[in-house]
Amino acid sequence: MTQDDDRLPGHRTGTEPHGDRTPASLVGASPGTAFPITFDERELTALPGQSIAAALWSAGILAWRSTRVGGRPRGAFCGIGQCYDCLATVNGRPNRRACLVTARPGDAVTTQEGDGHAGLDA
Amino acid sequence: MVGAACAYYAARSGLHVTVIDRGPVAGGTTGAGEGNLLVSDKEPGPELELALLSARLWRELAAELPSCIEYERKGGLVVASTEAGMSTLRDFAAGQGRAGVEAVEVPPDRLTDLEPHLAPGLAGGFHYPQDAQVQPALAAAHLLRAAADTGPGRLTLRLGEEVTAVLTGAGGEVRGVRTRAGDSQAPYVVNATGTWGGRFARMAGVELPVLPRRGFVLVTEPLPRVVRHKVYSADYVADVASGSAALQTSAVVEGTPAGPVLIGASRERVGFDRTLSVEVLRRLAAQATRLFPVLAEVRAIRAYAGFRPYLPDHLPAIGPDPRVPGLLHACGHEGAGIGLAPATGLLIAAMVTGRETPIEAGPFAPARFLREEAASLREGAAPSP
Repeated sequence: MTQDDDRLPGHRTGTEPHGDRTPASLVGASPGTAFPITFDERELTALPGQSIAAALWSAGILAWRSTRVGGRPRGAFCGIGQCYDCLATVNGRPNRRACLVTARPGDAVTTQEGDGHAGLDA
Repeated sequence: MVGAACAYYAARSGLHVTVIDRGPVAGGTTGAGEGNLLVSDKEPGPELELALLSARLWRELAAELPSCIEYERKGGLVVASTEAGMSTLRDFAAGQGRAGVEAVEVPPDRLTDLEPHLAPGLAGGFHYPQDAQVQPALAAAHLLRAAADTGPGRLTLRLGEEVTAVLTGAGGEVRGVRTRAGDSQAPYVVNATGTWGGRFARMAGVELPVLPRRGFVLVTEPLPRVVRHKVYSADYVADVASGSAALQTSAVVEGTPAGPVLIGASRERVGFDRTLSVEVLRRLAAQATRLFPVLAEVRAIRAYAGFRPYLPDHLPAIGPDPRVPGLLHACGHEGAGIGLAPATGLLIAAMVTGRETPIEAGPFAPARFLREEAASLREGAAPSP
């Protein structure tokens, strides 16, 4: 494969290394219709097949959980379901791995505080 | 844990101790339990005496060891689902009360004062304020550190070394043990190898009928304080006392300072088979959610298994083996080894230094298995393996 082969239609040959050189543009794919999801009541868009972590990243959101002990911010780390850093509360259910859960229309993602089960405290 | 406690009390008595473990600290049954320090599940008798002495010693240790051992005097709550079960509990608790156990009857309408998430419709329960819990792996490690701190050179720790032989002298008395890394000379050898106590005894040329009794613990995702006490159903006491090899499960539920709720308890004698049993986990989960319906909404994230060192009469073997001078056993505590460890260590240290034991140690004497062996030989039967 030569350098020219991945210069697909729409690809800008500028000085910036990124531009719109996205996975979708590289393979010439056109995703289905975007749909709305929410993060802490803020409306975002997600694409069919996109993980919740990818949708949040696309919107510039990097943290969606605070740790149990220190309350420090956490988001996606490994991105492949192994590290459990990206836990989020999705539709009221805590401890969902945002990097593995596929976004669906109307999903309500909320920042998970600690273990996400504060309501169960006896 | 029993080995660590023996080392600690022996070092405190001024002895030099070498601890040899084929694995890491708490790599066997210690690391596979829940760290229960219970008096509530024991009927009056020698084991309860040992447990009460241990409960007192654990309180002292908790003041001495760092707080990260997670010692909690959380108390136990035993619940009955029927009036008949409640009446059995009442008799059991009355006997325990005469032996020095604090047990307070909790009527059904007061159960949720102690445990807000407990299922409705239970017949009542008993609260045992003396029951406590530790994080067993951390407690064992810090007990060893405290043993080392009793004086320079007092404790030698040899981890990852398996004993391959028990060394004996001309008169059959022990002289130490051998590992691949070399010999360790000692006039006394304590067999604190837990579930593998029978195997170790055989290296010294004697039989000790320790058998593995497998148990699983189901672990939930981290939660806030959903369960405050160690809560278990009245059936648990009967399961512990049973000698059956078949699978028994009864709900035992408790929280931990780290967040996860631990769910036990299963008992079955299947040798050293570590295969995960989905059936056991299913029963544990079902029984726990019957006791705490709220647990049906949370996820179990893992499970672990361990082997309790089971002796046929449910009493540990603590004391000298009359067949091999210098060999002492400190094993066979079944599921109570963490709780009974300090008293065991104190007894062993007293025996080795020739001091009087704080409680009557006769019922734990390993010599009792000799008598059984001799009796079965007289009857013409072969000694059980």
